[in-house]
Formats: sequence, structure tokens, C-alpha cells
Amino acid sequence: MLNNELPVTRDTLLNEVAARRHQGYRFVTVTCVDLGDRFDILYHFDKDYVLYNLRLSLGRTENLPSISSIFFAAVLVENELKDLFGIPVTDLAIDYGGRFLLSEGSPVAPQRKPDAPPAQPAQTKDGAVK
Amino acid sequence: MIKRVFSNLFGSPATRLYPFTRREPFAGSRGQLKNDIAKCIFCGQCQRRCPADAIVVGKKPDKSWAFDRYRCIVCGYCVEVCPVKCLSMDPKHGD
Amino acid sequence: MSKRTIIPFGPQHPVLPEPIQLRLVMEEERVVEALPAVGYIHRGLEKLVEKKDYNQCVFLAERVCGICSFLHSVTYCQGLEEIMSVTIPDRARFLRLIWGEVHRVHSHLLWLGLLADSFGFENVFMHAWRCREMVLDLLERTAGHRVMLGVSCVGGVRRDISDEGLADILRTVDALQKEFDEFVPVVLNDYSIKQRTVGVGKLTKEQAAELGAVGPVARASGIARDFRETGYAAYGEVGFKIVTETAGDCYARMKVRCGEMYECLNMVRRAVAAMPAGAINVPVKGNPTGEVVARLEQPRGEVIYYLKGNGAKNLERMRIRTPTFANLAPLLAMLPGCELADVPVIVLSIDPCISCTER
Repeated sequence: MLNNELPVTRDTLLNEVAARRHQGYRFVTVTCVDLGDRFDILYHFDKDYVLYNLRLSLGRTENLPSISSIFFAAVLVENELKDLFGIPVTDLAIDYGGRFLLSEGSPVAPQRKPDAPPAQPAQTKDGAVK
Repeated sequence: MIKRVFSNLFGSPATRLYPFTRREPFAGSRGQLKNDIAKCIFCGQCQRRCPADAIVVGKKPDKSWAFDRYRCIVCGYCVEVCPVKCLSMDPKHGD
Repeated sequence: MSKRTIIPFGPQHPVLPEPIQLRLVMEEERVVEALPAVGYIHRGLEKLVEKKDYNQCVFLAERVCGICSFLHSVTYCQGLEEIMSVTIPDRARFLRLIWGEVHRVHSHLLWLGLLADSFGFENVFMHAWRCREMVLDLLERTAGHRVMLGVSCVGGVRRDISDEGLADILRTVDALQKEFDEFVPVVLNDYSIKQRTVGVGKLTKEQAAELGAVGPVARASGIARDFRETGYAAYGEVGFKIVTETAGDCYARMKVRCGEMYECLNMVRRAVAAMPAGAINVPVKGNPTGEVVARLEQPRGEVIYYLKGNGAKNLERMRIRTPTFANLAPLLAMLPGCELADVPVIVLSIDPCISCTER
């Protein structure tokens, strides 16, 4: 639990983000945490050195509405989420189509934890140095 | 600035003729890892703490200590955790 | 409407120290639109956190960036100290400030050299890097390494600076001040540099606020925002003056950074004078549980670390938002309308650090 945190849903997200913009907040970044069964998407905003966070709990297969129509700067980080976690982000202002940080032949969604809950033989798909 | 211009024109270069003239390494500089193998107790602390997996310690029967210099990131963490202080950082870089 | 051409700028370009591609949509000599393509050096460092314990990750965080390395590890350590409720000794806070500010001088000198190089002013490039060498030697003498200081740890710092070391710092700072006095006014008043930078790559205050610009880019556009004002480490005790400009062009960004170099030297002097004695670190027990967002001001702007621990020795998640990532969107707003020949100068004026952007 972070300070100044507000839980939001997919329906209220855009309104809340627009409200932050209206109050003069600066968009800082979006953080995605893979909890295994769900994703936690944290939106960070800043005003006068105080951080304000929105927490969105997202199902493994749900779409994420883009906030790039409200804060254009979010477009880069949302493309990153799409690449690294394989989250389908809808209505992106600039859509790199999963080729923002990764290229053809890269591992698919390297930061996403394996989806299937029954324990399969562990797949090492990250390719990172152990 | 005029002074600088003249010293640049007639002074000696700011660089050294490297392989022939070498600067003495600063004391306390982290150059390369050295192990005083006679003091080593092969506990494996350095292997466990090394962030780059550059050290491999052979346990009791064979008692070996192997170090891959090309994996080493010269952070000095192993020197800090060594219980008998047989590891040290040599300020010299290279051989 | 004239014909539009797309010119790929980068990933390999003489002025770019690191690979990034900008797809420039051109109308004759004028840029109409720019689109960045990154991903040439994505290393997956955030994933590696799951495999290393949190003490080893201090060194990992340090290697996110090859220029502001020390400040990355300090951010990481500050975050973990907050999760684990560790209060670090006063001397450690001052040492962090001193190394951090010396690092900032080295980063700004590197940047000044690269900017001069981008418009072909080799003399300034050489001179800035000669001064930078003094800073790097100072770092090696005090910390043991030129760039990857390796002195941070959770709970303080690993290495102390002796009294001779502090005197050495003061001597080097004075020597640097002499060098700066000599060449910074020349750089700032040079006719050809002004021709290449004044009025180029304008970013208005509104745009900077809207696109979330950070660091010197925001300060050059008149936004007085510097995370050091919050007084983390020892900035509260040492005191700190924010440097701002209002023009928002490349020249203003240069002026802000030059002003900051002087300010860094002053801060180091005050910190050395006020240096408290005592321990330099406290032992940290246990594993982190909880989440935190740690922030501080790097040479390029505000860096964000999101850290989440779940009681294991490995962190569950580390997320890094580096200042260049935040400054990419403002860069896209600066480019349209400029000439192709000015693109390198504008790109360099945000001080891009691509490796840390992609992590």
C-alpha cells in the first residue's frame, strides 16, 4: 500500500485521470506489477513533490484503456506495458504494435509470469543471465 | 582564455603515451581481485554474494577457488563479506 | 503542400552516444513530425531483480546507467531504507550528497562536451572532457572507481572519506572552479554557439508542464522543480539553490546546466565544511516487505524507483522510470518546425541517456 493511493476500476480510470489533470497534477509514470493471477497497474501523478497513485486491478486477459488521450506523455510507457507484459492497451495515441522495446524474434512478453496456474515444467523464456 | 590558448599551443598534451608512460594507480582504487589462497577457508561466502557469479568455490573434498576475471564487475562485495579477509582488491589494473 | 520525406535519424549517428532512432517526417528542410524508435539496448534489468538478492541489486541498480550510476544506487537504497524503516547515519547522508554532486558535475561536463561536439565545436568538447577527467580522478581517489563507484549499500555507504580525502575534494573543487570561471563564460557568450542554440528547440512552460518534462529541461522552461528541494540525503542541511531559466530553448538548457555546475561545487564545499563525524552505515537485518516509490534528482532529472518486496530476499518487482524516458515526449514537441541541421543539437540538449531509458 502506497501513500495517497486510490483504487480505481477500468470504468472510473479515465475520469479519475482527467480529474488529476484538472487539479494540475503532472503525469509521472505507470507501473505494472504481475501478481500471478492479476495485474496491478499503478498510475503515478505528482504535484508539489507529493505523489498521488491510482491502483487498477486488471484481470489477466482484460483490455486496458489508454490514458494517452488525456496525458499524451503516457503513450510511451503504455507501449512498454504492451511489450513487456502483453497487456492489450486500447485507444493508444501512437501504437507501436508490440515493437516499442522489443523487435521481431524477441521473447514474447518477457516480464509476464506464466499464465497457466497448473504447474507445468518451468519455461525459461526470459533469456536473462542467471 | 588567451593563457589557455598558448598553453594548449606550446604546452605538453593532456594525455599520456599510454603503454609507455603509465599513471600509478591511486591507493584504494578497485583494480582487480586477489585471493591469498593460503588463508582461504573455502566457505563459499564470496560465491554466494557475488552479483556477477564470477567466483566458484569447490567445497570440502577438493577445496578449490576459481575466479573468472571477465565476469567480475569489481564491486568489492566479496572482499567485504570474506570472514578471514583473504580476499583483497589490488589497485593495479590488468596484470 | 510539398512532398514529405521520412529520414531515419539514428540508430547510428555521429552525434549520438547511444542508439536511438528518430523517424523524422520532413517537408523539404523542415521537420514536421518525429517519432522515436527505441529498443536497441533493452537489457531486461528489471527482470533480473527476481534472481538476485536485494543487496546484490544495489550493484545492478548502479549499472542501469553509465553516467549517473551512483545516483541510481542511492535511489534504490533510499527506497529500501524506507520500506525497512532504517535511519542512516548523518555522515552517510553527507557522503551521499558529496559523491552525488561530484557525479552531477561529471555528468554535466560530459553533456557539455557532447553538445559542443554535436555542432562541431571540438575545442569545447576537448576542454570540457579535460575538466571531467579531473572529476573522474577525484572519484577514483575517494571511491575506488571512476564511474561505478560501488560505495552505496542499504543502510548507508560502504566507504568513508578520510580528512585528507576531504581536503583533496576541496582542492579539486577549487581547481574546477578556476577552470569553469575561465571557460564557462566563453562558452555562454560565444557567437557561434549562440547562433546554433538561441531560439532552437523551444519548449514553452505550458508544453513542459503538459508533457511532464523533468530536470534541466523543465527548469530551462521556467518550471522551478527540483527534487533536491525536498531535502533528501543532506540537502536540507546543506542548502540548495534552484537554477531556472525561462526561454526554454537549447541555450537556456545549456545555461541551466552550467549554473548547476557552479551550484554543485558550492554544495560540495558546504557539505565538506559541515561534515559530521560518526558511523557510515548501520547493519540492516531481515528482508523487505512492502512497496515504496523512491525518487530523487539526477543530473537529467527526476528518477523513480518503484520497489516491492514480499519478505523474500529477492524483490518481487523493481520498476525504474529514468529522466530521459520522461523527456522523450517533450523532445517530440521540440522537434517539429526545426531544420534538419538543428536536430542533433536539440536531441543532445535534453541530455539523452538511452541505456537507462530502456534499462
